Amino acid sequence: MTKMKKFLSAAVVAAMTISSLAGCGTSSKGDDTTLTIGGIGPVSGPAASYGTSVKNGCQVAVDEINKAGGVKVGDKTMQLKLDFQDDANDAETAKNAFNKLMDNGMDALVGCVTSAPCIAVTSLSEKAKILQITPSGSQKECAQFDNCFRVCFTDPQQGTAMAEYIVNKLGLKKVAVLYANSSNYSQGIKDAFVAKVKELGGSIVTEEAFTEGDVDYNTQLSKVKDAAADAIFVPAYYTEVSYIVKQAAEKGIKIPFFGSDGWDGILDQVSNKEVLEGATFLSPFLYTQDDAKVQSFVKAYQAANKNATPDQFAADGYDTVYTIKAAFEKAGSKDIAKLEEAMTQIKVEGITGTMTFSKDGDATKSTKLIQIKNGEYTAIVAE
Amino acid sequence: MSSFVEQFLNGLIPGSIYALIALGYTMVYGIAKMINFAHGDIIMVGAYILLIGLNASGVPTWLAIVLAIAGCGILGVVIEKVAYKPLRNAPSLAVLITAIGMSYFLQNLFLVIFSSKGKSVPRFIHVKDFKIGDITVSGNMIVTLIVTIIIMILLTVFINKTKLGSALRAVSEDKGAASLMGINSDLMISMTFAIGSALAGVAGILWVSMYDKAYPTLGAIPGIKAFVAAVIGGIGSVPGAMIGGIALGLVESFTKAYISGELVDAFVFGLLIIVLIFKPTGILGRKRIEKV
Repeated sequence: MTKMKKFLSAAVVAAMTISSLAGCGTSSKGDDTTLTIGGIGPVSGPAASYGTSVKNGCQVAVDEINKAGGVKVGDKTMQLKLDFQDDANDAETAKNAFNKLMDNGMDALVGCVTSAPCIAVTSLSEKAKILQITPSGSQKECAQFDNCFRVCFTDPQQGTAMAEYIVNKLGLKKVAVLYANSSNYSQGIKDAFVAKVKELGGSIVTEEAFTEGDVDYNTQLSKVKDAAADAIFVPAYYTEVSYIVKQAAEKGIKIPFFGSDGWDGILDQVSNKEVLEGATFLSPFLYTQDDAKVQSFVKAYQAANKNATPDQFAADGYDTVYTIKAAFEKAGSKDIAKLEEAMTQIKVEGITGTMTFSKDGDATKSTKLIQIKNGEYTAIVAE
Repeated sequence: MSSFVEQFLNGLIPGSIYALIALGYTMVYGIAKMINFAHGDIIMVGAYILLIGLNASGVPTWLAIVLAIAGCGILGVVIEKVAYKPLRNAPSLAVLITAIGMSYFLQNLFLVIFSSKGKSVPRFIHVKDFKIGDITVSGNMIVTLIVTIIIMILLTVFINKTKLGSALRAVSEDKGAASLMGINSDLMISMTFAIGSALAGVAGILWVSMYDKAYPTLGAIPGIKAFVAAVIGGIGSVPGAMIGGIALGLVESFTKAYISGELVDAFVFGLLIIVLIFKPTGILGRKRIEKV
């Protein structure tokens, strides 16, 4: 009897091993009529709004492309299929999602939406030889391998772009910086910004740190006031920014504020919009921008999503799908080497700007800025 | 010099709000011998009541403020009756855990009702900014300072000069003896919770007038800071709470201004440790001899 049991259990183990191996073996790359685009991002948890926006933005692009006839890869025309998985902003969950997508026959990956899961997935996608394009992972390592690219600016790119705008374009030489030392995002932008300002002949008159979650910035602002700066740069997210701009106004600080893309949505965060008047921040997308492409995207997005207003994540997702389309059409094949080469040759006219990609994965595109005028976002384009 | 004065004010204002909150901790401890960890969350409740009042049409600002303060006072009494009174003779650890539970309950209740997104409170204090030379003192700061000073004076007079105040002190000294003298100690405890929580309500109102936003975890940080302030000043001592709160605000501001923005909490808790080493009962705390 015991022998029988042993045999049975051994058989079960063997069967399980074989079936799990079979799972690996069948990661076939779809068929010739559909191109499967996998997506990974948080659609649950505290960061859910980012993932949901990207997912919805991708879906708009996929529907548009399919309606227009699909993607021409070599001599075949394929329809796109979006398979979006939740990672709840967690690296381990993202890896599992990636494996699941591979089993589902993914041809290219949009993702991940947030930096930490994205970095975790890059090593898997490199081994699997899958083209991975993150719409919004701004940390340097999100595009660390040859098969990985990004649509958004990196953190240092943002700092450099803002420094050029403030010092060169506006001629403001004495700049104060207020940044969150507890955030990679804030720190990354700040470091590049400070270096660039100095390179351009400006000076950083004071550099004040704070911790994310602080509510009282009076002390730092008093020091900024003493430093007699021409401009103040705050690379941070809107929660902290809303406190900073209000307290600065109360202190009688009248110099112009500048910010990073974390400011997107700031107007909803303050009760008195006057404190933001004249502030300028970098953002790839403004839904009210007077541009035919942007407006047609906004219309399609709102029709598909109960009138929700698309944000920069939705726009990044949309542009990522179009970038994938362009890469496959240029490469004319699903071969990763050809796709990698194609990525550096394509030029994508997206709604976040016209993009080209370098071999190290970063996008080059024009800097788009948003200025707050009369309590409204207005787009300004800097060269 | 002007920057020093400005940094002094930058510390004095949050410091005086900490002091208001610390008063609640210290009064409740003085009379009920327990740390009411839900105290910080009452600040948050006050902020939300104010927000609702200000956003409702037809409610004048003064009424919204009164409702917020009264609402907090009533909430304090209800919490005491529901959560703490049944445990009056239970071990102090049970009461402590209940208080922490109460704190989580309030935070999560408001999280469910209002979501985690911060809500801006419309501007409701319209006092002109005050300028001397380079120094700008905002209207909010002036109001905060005046309100705190008035409350501290009133509270000191109430505790030391009125009959109810004497009864309060008597219960705090010796509950059993006070009961024998005809003082209703349950009533006194309820009153303490009402006063302490109403002060937390005032602190909540001043907090959102300074920092603009109401969110469910708003009370957590000021609550902890005020608790530290109460311990530094000597828990159970009313003037101690005032001194502790203001000292804490000033240490925070001067550390940020002249040492490092990153070391603020290190200095705050460092101050706590130093005070406790040299004066374990806090600056104004009295040593109690436990009779066995």
